[in-house]
Amino acid sequence: MNTLPRDGVVAVVKRDCPTCTLTVPVLGELARRVELAVYTQDDPSFPESVPARIDDTALDVSYRLRIEIVPTLLRFEAGQEVDRIMGWHRGEWERLTGIAGLGSDLPDMRPGCGARNIEPGVVERLKIRFNETGLKSRRIEIGADEDEQEAMDARGWTDGLPLVPPSEERVLRLLDGTARDPQEMLGLVPPDLAPATVEKIAINAVMAGCKPEYLPVVLAAVEAVLDESFAMHGVLATTMFVGPVVIVNGPIRRRIGMNAKGNVLGQGNRANASIGRALQLVIRNIGGGRPREVDRATLGNPGKYTYCFAEDEEGSSWEPLSVARGLKLGQSAVTVFAGYGLQGIVDQKSRDAESLARSFAGSLKAINNIKLAPACDALVVVCPEHHRTFRNAGWSKARLLEELYRLCEIPGAELVAGANGIAEGGPSSLAGKTVNKFRPDGLMIVHAGGDAGMFSGIIAGWSASGERGSLPVTREVKP
Amino acid sequence: MTVLLDPTSERSPTIRPRLPRPERLDGLTIGILDIAKPRGDVFLRRLGERISERGIAVKHYAKPTNTRVAPLPLRLQIATEVDLVVEGLSD
Repeated sequence: MNTLPRDGVVAVVKRDCPTCTLTVPVLGELARRVELAVYTQDDPSFPESVPARIDDTALDVSYRLRIEIVPTLLRFEAGQEVDRIMGWHRGEWERLTGIAGLGSDLPDMRPGCGARNIEPGVVERLKIRFNETGLKSRRIEIGADEDEQEAMDARGWTDGLPLVPPSEERVLRLLDGTARDPQEMLGLVPPDLAPATVEKIAINAVMAGCKPEYLPVVLAAVEAVLDESFAMHGVLATTMFVGPVVIVNGPIRRRIGMNAKGNVLGQGNRANASIGRALQLVIRNIGGGRPREVDRATLGNPGKYTYCFAEDEEGSSWEPLSVARGLKLGQSAVTVFAGYGLQGIVDQKSRDAESLARSFAGSLKAINNIKLAPACDALVVVCPEHHRTFRNAGWSKARLLEELYRLCEIPGAELVAGANGIAEGGPSSLAGKTVNKFRPDGLMIVHAGGDAGMFSGIIAGWSASGERGSLPVTREVKP
Repeated sequence: MTVLLDPTSERSPTIRPRLPRPERLDGLTIGILDIAKPRGDVFLRRLGERISERGIAVKHYAKPTNTRVAPLPLRLQIATEVDLVVEGLSD
């Protein structure tokens, strides 16, 4: 271990820095005239002008001194740092060392370069070596000959697909994506009601394949599903199909490269895929919510691997979903909805809004069962070509919602159990009444999808939609 | 050695616990695995007879050689066909 001098001047340099190489003659002169310790970060033979240079390629001294820039010149008195200069600045170097006329043939000043000990990848390893990660989670040791994927699978961490191993380095790097304290608690994850700290969520986000910049979206989605009104325990435990569907709005979508266009609900975009997956892994691993245990789904749905997408705000004349739900335009947000699958609305012939709305309503009335109303909430994903028809007619999102709700009124006689030869249905008292397929506020609309194709979609919800079960929840994405 | 951070609520031990022993053998099927050590077959055949006498289903399996781990198809077969396995570990 390198020991710092109690008194004297310390320089930290690296060969791979033009400013450091510029100061080689100055360091040589200082080595002859003052008590000088030169620590070199990359090449132990640098600087040649200082025979007693000290190898700090392990970066221990650099890390302890919290060096950010090389060259850094420091003065120590009685074991305490009393002065520090970053980069080459003749006047400052002269003041710190007390020697005049340093490097008279050099420019007056030259900024330094980034120190090796703060490079991404290096800084994490140093924090781990010095036991200064601040991470509280239990360490799991995997044998050198053990396959990491098999070890994670054996512990029940996976949704069935391979995971990115959550090493300390990766988790530290992911946590750089948020300003929040790793120990901040976002809520209790059902069914075990275990605390969801930012750190635990980050571990699961690493495993899901997230990049650091996705973490704020994951955190917002976790906060949203843990809101009591979302009823995450029920959404997990139901025998029905649903899982959390995450819709992202605002500037964060484009900053992290989310897909709101072609194949928006499909595969192929890392942000869409890994954010939704991270949320599911949080429920599984922190909450202990596993299929065929507390998750009692009869069929489930493929979206329970991941179901996350962005709204296409730029291509839309409508207000974004997050704004319709009370946030400001320009605020990044997630909305979670207990939903499942996708039922297509194919309409390639309607050219007026009224006809297209009737198409939409007809498809909406079929969800869950044509005999059931109110059935469940639904999220309608309007594709760009369908949106164009509504836009050209001057229909706002609110107008479309209003028209759809009106068109989803159903004569009660059609819904009575046994009507149309189907035993499923409601009580005979429905006859003579009109029943709506949806509860008031039970429909939401987003605009997304590829520019070509008259194919919108319905993401149906949970039969226990609304106050008695799950309500959609919108949360701002915080940095 | 690789160190991973635990993604769970840390309510279970880091080392995977063994499956609990069944309280009763009624209705279960017991596999008997001969690892191909000398005279293991004699001992295990007799053991199988004693278990069968108690009305418990028994299935016999054998490794091709004691010097190697059981081939994967055999392991999968055993895993799908029986609830418990008895094997002799030495001569």
